[in-house]
Amino acid sequence: MALRICLEFSGGAELLFNKTKKHEVTLPVCEKDWTIGSLLPWMRETMLKERPELFMQGNTVRPGILVLINDSDWELMGELDYSIKENDRIIFISTLHGG
Amino acid sequence: MPVKCAICDGSAILKRPKTGDALCKNCFYYAFEEEVHKTIIDARLFTHGETVAIGASGGKDSTVLAYVMKELNDRYNYGLDLVLLSVDEGITGYRDDSLETVKRNQMQYDLPLKIVSYEELYGWTMDAIVQQIGLKNNCTFCGVFRRQALDRGAMMLKVNKIVTGHNADDIAETVVMNVLRGDIGRLRRCTAITTGAEGSLPRCKPFKYTYEKEIVMYAYFKKLDYFSTECIYSPNAYRGFARAYIKDVEKIRPSAIIDIIHSGESLSVKTTVKMPVQGNCERCGYISSNAICKACVLLEGLNRGLPRLGIGKTHKERRKIEELSKEGNVNPPQSGAAERQPTSIQTPVLAMESLSLDRRKPDVSKLDF
Ligand SMILES: [Zn+2]
Ligand SMILES: [Zn+2]
Repeated sequence: MALRICLEFSGGAELLFNKTKKHEVTLPVCEKDWTIGSLLPWMRETMLKERPELFMQGNTVRPGILVLINDSDWELMGELDYSIKENDRIIFISTLHGG
Repeated sequence: MPVKCAICDGSAILKRPKTGDALCKNCFYYAFEEEVHKTIIDARLFTHGETVAIGASGGKDSTVLAYVMKELNDRYNYGLDLVLLSVDEGITGYRDDSLETVKRNQMQYDLPLKIVSYEELYGWTMDAIVQQIGLKNNCTFCGVFRRQALDRGAMMLKVNKIVTGHNADDIAETVVMNVLRGDIGRLRRCTAITTGAEGSLPRCKPFKYTYEKEIVMYAYFKKLDYFSTECIYSPNAYRGFARAYIKDVEKIRPSAIIDIIHSGESLSVKTTVKMPVQGNCERCGYISSNAICKACVLLEGLNRGLPRLGIGKTHKERRKIEELSKEGNVNPPQSGAAERQPTSIQTPVLAMESLSLDRRKPDVSKLDF
């Protein structure tokens, strides 16, 4: 089954995604479970409008971008290995923009 | 399987970079605020009865700083009069929006707000400066002018101190930059929690040991309203590299940030190393290690239609300005004159609020808690 999830961007990360803070997306059917590790390259291919190096570094997010899954720090949720579920809300917050 | 809070068994929402502890929302707020309080107390940053200006840009750090300063001032009875102080660089579409954020903060936190503009202080907005000099060296102008603008605004308000939102990541980044540049004078100063020599206002950094990640998470969970867009006149590329480097190192070993700060703090400079002597600018009176401060040099260039005057090799630019000085007819920034004659301060056009600050003298007794 396809998965419907919500992706949100703030702290300047939205500038890389069409300047839109909230994106409702549907992840296509896939043999394996969707994880953050497979979500990130999918986002890079289908959503990222410009300068992918400002969002990703190697196979993960660029250091300085915080990730929250359903309002919890992804560092508590297995980071790239987290299995995405229907209606998950995943937030990317850039700390790299001016304070 | 939700991770449990290391303190109360509730469900954790964040892994602290400094300690690796998983904490729930409330335990995180408490730990965050108490650490800032401890920093303030250990360094004896404030004295009861002082008026303190919070340098407010509308960005995450200063927004959280304003919120936490107000919270701690009430909770621990610091006895401080807090005021928000913002600088309007005159960048259409950037500063306009961030100042709107500061104005909302003013309402939300119920603090007086003062805005000083480059136009009012120097006669030039950044938009006008960029028209003159293009996009190459505009950050030099902006940085030099901003530092003085905050001080001048604070002096107009007759505050005792300025606090800024510089966090641990910022300071670690500055240490690295100063190493890369071989700037020993700044390297030695940049880790100090309070800076400001004789004659200028002390500036303190209550977030000196606070990680950026925690500031952003605090703002997120508390739903604090902040503005986050890079300045439209291109960010400082050099600082950008140092920033990315710090984040890369932090990813591998989170304590690296504090460790870099400690390295900076423990540094001792050989007595044989020549350090710049701090004096005062002949024109505007601002603290400077040269006879004429950088802002006055830059301003002179702009006003004479030689905007590149302040850019490039220091000795050359000084010589040029000294030659120009001999010709006479040089004007210091407006507020420089105002400082010597406080009664002549014009009402700042952009000051949004009439301030009713208590101007009583600071109490000499230390905070008693
Ligand atoms: Zn707890
Ligand atoms: Zn000067």
